[in-house]
Amino acid sequence: MEGADIIEVRDLEHTFNGIKAVRGITFSVRKGEIFSFLGPNGAGKSTTINILTTLLPPQTGMVQVAGYDVAREPDKVRKSIGIVFQDEVLDRDLTVWETMEFHGRLYSIPRGERRQRIADMLRVVELESKRDERTKNLSGGMKRRLEIARGLMTRPEVLFLDEPTSGLDPQTRIRMWDYIRQVNAAGTTIFLTTHYMEEADMLSDRISIIDHGRIVTTGTPDELKSSLGEDVVYLETVDDTKAREVLQGVGDIRSITDSLRGLSITISTDGSHCLPRIVERVRDAGIEISSVNLKKPTMDDVFVHYTGRELRDTGA
Amino acid sequence: MAWKFLTVYWREMIRFVRFRTQLLSSLLQPALWMAFFGVAMSSNFSRFTSDIPIPPGVIAVDYLTFMAAGVIAMTTLFTSLFGGISLLFDKNWGLMREMLASPMPRTHIMLGVSLSGMTKSFIQVAIIMVFGLLLGVEFFPGFSPLRIVVSILGIFVFVAIFSLGFLLFSSNISMRLESPEGLQGIITLLTLPLFFVSNALYPIQAFPELLQALSTYNPLTHLVNGVRYFALGSEFFAVGARYTSTPTDILLSFSYLVVFAAVMYLLARQAFLRAVVT
Repeated sequence: MEGADIIEVRDLEHTFNGIKAVRGITFSVRKGEIFSFLGPNGAGKSTTINILTTLLPPQTGMVQVAGYDVAREPDKVRKSIGIVFQDEVLDRDLTVWETMEFHGRLYSIPRGERRQRIADMLRVVELESKRDERTKNLSGGMKRRLEIARGLMTRPEVLFLDEPTSGLDPQTRIRMWDYIRQVNAAGTTIFLTTHYMEEADMLSDRISIIDHGRIVTTGTPDELKSSLGEDVVYLETVDDTKAREVLQGVGDIRSITDSLRGLSITISTDGSHCLPRIVERVRDAGIEISSVNLKKPTMDDVFVHYTGRELRDTGA
Repeated sequence: MAWKFLTVYWREMIRFVRFRTQLLSSLLQPALWMAFFGVAMSSNFSRFTSDIPIPPGVIAVDYLTFMAAGVIAMTTLFTSLFGGISLLFDKNWGLMREMLASPMPRTHIMLGVSLSGMTKSFIQVAIIMVFGLLLGVEFFPGFSPLRIVVSILGIFVFVAIFSLGFLLFSSNISMRLESPEGLQGIITLLTLPLFFVSNALYPIQAFPELLQALSTYNPLTHLVNGVRYFALGSEFFAVGARYTSTPTDILLSFSYLVVFAAVMYLLARQAFLRAVVT
């Protein structure tokens, strides 16, 4: 499916002062999907995004965005993408409208069209009433919405969102997710990076995890979570030995082991469907259950599994 | 489109009028130079040079009028040298990435910033001329109205090309540096020799030979030459020295500034095309 990829990266390598930040990564993003790029600090995430958005010229490897090679035709790539940077990129002393106007002019959108799109976009992100407010007077969430509106006003084929919700309160974050889904539903491919695993899980069609300059895994959120293993049920009863006997042979139970308190039962399929049967079986045997708990692997588990637990940001 | 730089120009000018303190200080600073340094030195220099005979047929120019041209030049120099600082702020606040990741050609970013710096210099020069008039600066002695108009245009053309050169220099440095402090250091280092090894405040005829030679390579000297030629005429007498300049001299001074600006353009262009800001 060559034609359906809107971003294609092959054997990308990048070295800063003799240190390899990116060591030969290959991945592709399909047209219309929300693709997340996860990785600890210093994993090579920013370098890759900077290359994809033409801010950093590629050294070796092939990178195509929206059908154009970033090294050979950076201007065509620039016209096809929108970016919401990780940190706030707003001129504090410009008004909301001026911020949009400046951006539209940078992309040479004709005046009439530009004014129309500014009005439309400000309506979408609910900032119409703040039109003449200087950006320094906006709240964190409003600033982020303005940046998203700005990134979208050029109608990009791909929107890069570099940690779009970091530092936002939970309510605002949920609103942002709605916007991102809306934008995606309207046909824009989204390239997302985030530190919030829950966010990646909720939004992404596919996720790649990068570490030490290499892509360590790629898949849908469900694929990644199930690749980690099975759901686990923690069960505490008045008589664990008897409960274990009773549960032997129940379909979908892979193994039963003793845990700190009670039993830990590994399920080979979806744990939430198996849980009622376990409870039923133990109760039918007349054993009183004092506590039951189902744990599914989360994206956090996936992330830690693939990138390890050591602290990053120490040393280089 | 060839007018894309107007986008950057537009934003720079919004900032200029919006930063009230910057606006006010840039307008007040040249006036203060005229009011204090000019008036104080004027009375001293007139005392020192009062017994030097004025050659017959030559217009005598008082010190305040003489140095007004120097203040125009100095103000243009300072404003232009600092002109690139907005690029450094853009870099530090991440705003540069918005521009560099857009289809806006980089040379237009550079030109937009430079032209806004030039506009600021124009405004300052206009203020100096008007304020000077109030203090008693006698520009355009005995000129016809038409000649005054042509002279004002001439002054602005010289200011334009000179400021362009230094704005591009400043932009070039800003694109290569990391911090505004670095630029400030370089500016401080440069302004003293540029300013004092020139004919802005006093005649260079009395300089030691080496300084005289150096001053002829100083773009500021050529700007001052141009401004004085248009403001005072081809022949005048000031601070005990006689000044004569032919149209050819002025054309040479102008050419020198054009070459200076062209070289600065090429260097700045290279810095912009190579700049990686992430």
